[in-house]
Amino acid sequence: MHVKILIGTAAATAVLAGFSSAALTGGEWGKYQVGDLRSGYTYAAPETRAIQDDDFENPAMLALDYGAELWSMKDGDANKSCADCHNDAEDSMKGVGARYPAFYEPWDKPINVELRINECRENNMKAKPWKYESREMLGMTSYVKYQSRDMPVNVDIGGPSTPFFQKGKAFYYERRGQLDLACKHCHEDNSGNMIRANLLSQGQSNGFPTYRLKWQGVGSLHRRFRGCNSQVRSTPFGYGSDEYVNLELYLAWRGRGLPVESPSVRN
Amino acid sequence: MTRMDSPSKVTRRHVLVLTGAAAAAAGAGLLPGIALADKAAVDAAIKKAAGGATLQSGRITLELPQIAENGNTVPIGIEVDSPMTASDYVKSVHVFADGNPNAEVASVHFTPANGVAKASMRMRLMKTQNVVAVAQMSDGSVYRETVEVKVTIGGCGG
Amino acid sequence: MASATPRIKVPESATKGEIIEIKTLISHKMETGLRKGKDGKIIPRQIINKFTCSFNDQVIFSSDWHPAVSANPLMSFHMRATESGRLDFAWHDDNGETYSKSADLTVA
Repeated sequence: MHVKILIGTAAATAVLAGFSSAALTGGEWGKYQVGDLRSGYTYAAPETRAIQDDDFENPAMLALDYGAELWSMKDGDANKSCADCHNDAEDSMKGVGARYPAFYEPWDKPINVELRINECRENNMKAKPWKYESREMLGMTSYVKYQSRDMPVNVDIGGPSTPFFQKGKAFYYERRGQLDLACKHCHEDNSGNMIRANLLSQGQSNGFPTYRLKWQGVGSLHRRFRGCNSQVRSTPFGYGSDEYVNLELYLAWRGRGLPVESPSVRN
Repeated sequence: MTRMDSPSKVTRRHVLVLTGAAAAAAGAGLLPGIALADKAAVDAAIKKAAGGATLQSGRITLELPQIAENGNTVPIGIEVDSPMTASDYVKSVHVFADGNPNAEVASVHFTPANGVAKASMRMRLMKTQNVVAVAQMSDGSVYRETVEVKVTIGGCGG
Repeated sequence: MASATPRIKVPESATKGEIIEIKTLISHKMETGLRKGKDGKIIPRQIINKFTCSFNDQVIFSSDWHPAVSANPLMSFHMRATESGRLDFAWHDDNGETYSKSADLTVA
């Protein structure tokens, strides 16, 4: 146990010693900056931003196209498609990406877009739920969130959501893993600084699902959480777990006002 | 907790990687066991593409980032100065990366119907290296352009 | 893996003599054959190795691709609009499959 703590502390110190200041352009980032809040877009290299700027060149749009196709595809024992109940996604899904995670009474807890999609599939379509990180789920989540593009993130943390929000916030500030780091050590205390050769961002969630160059594909916010948790040498939580949905709620509130950018492009 | 059993437990190497030696260590250790194209093989491939003609400089413009933040997706724009008429046009441009496991990246083949000899795509670069373009003209002349691209080694498990 | 889906961007119309930009994108892993899977075994190479664009059945542009072409390959190039006609795009996979898409161009 002592050895573990020592290693953890040494490694954490090493990481923190590796932070160095990077010159920040204090400039105006347009819609990607709201007060002190800056989207991950503003931390990406110009070439990466250029890919997001062009909807044709953004490879995440391939996933979104697939999501759009699935929207009107019948599935399950009820032989229904999303469109059968929700008609045109451009109208019915507008705003969803900005206000989720949202409290869901039947479950007595907040629910994110991915879980809400599967809830609909199971209960209304009588279809098999999609795997969280499947092409189908990423495509549909991208398509649904895209309908809120440029709308400011605005989640409700009041009423029954409050205790879940508090849990998410606690998670954010809680040290974890052998490196003994909390989310805030990188994304609050050191955003704008380099960690080795990467520029640390504020860890905003407004662009997910995102096409990540490292992944060479589209991935969910929970996949990113799992990556972060692994990097501080802690055991990641499950896709769609309560821990991650609560954290997702906290992050959305923390970045409230930033525009929905899904599906974005990140390093 | 099972944290000590997790595959990503801290080893001495991890600690080293996390300190200043990071860039060099990670650069060398990215894909252990994979042989990189050696210089001679790259030169041979370029010579082959040139088909025996002398490699001249000029006419090619390569649009590449000086520093690529991720080697998985490096945008490249290729443009060759040419009237692109039936009697005078660019036939092909071959792109090589001399520090990749295989130096060949892509070849683009133009025709006068293109109007301009201009194309763009995205490529993978395993590390900092030279990107070389070899353009074959319809009159048999061959041009070469070389641009170095620095590839950032990711900080977060990159 | 589900079949690759291409996207193309071609202006619907152009004036005679105008040089238009054509952009293409296709979903594909472009598996290099150099990566190891979770089981420690090399994941076999599977890439799109050739792309062609024809106008009225004549090849006007083509490209040979190696594993160093990024996943979800983008290819953009140009064409001088001379007459109305049909553009055919084809992507050839290592596995023998060909993915294709077409677009009509009206030249006034």
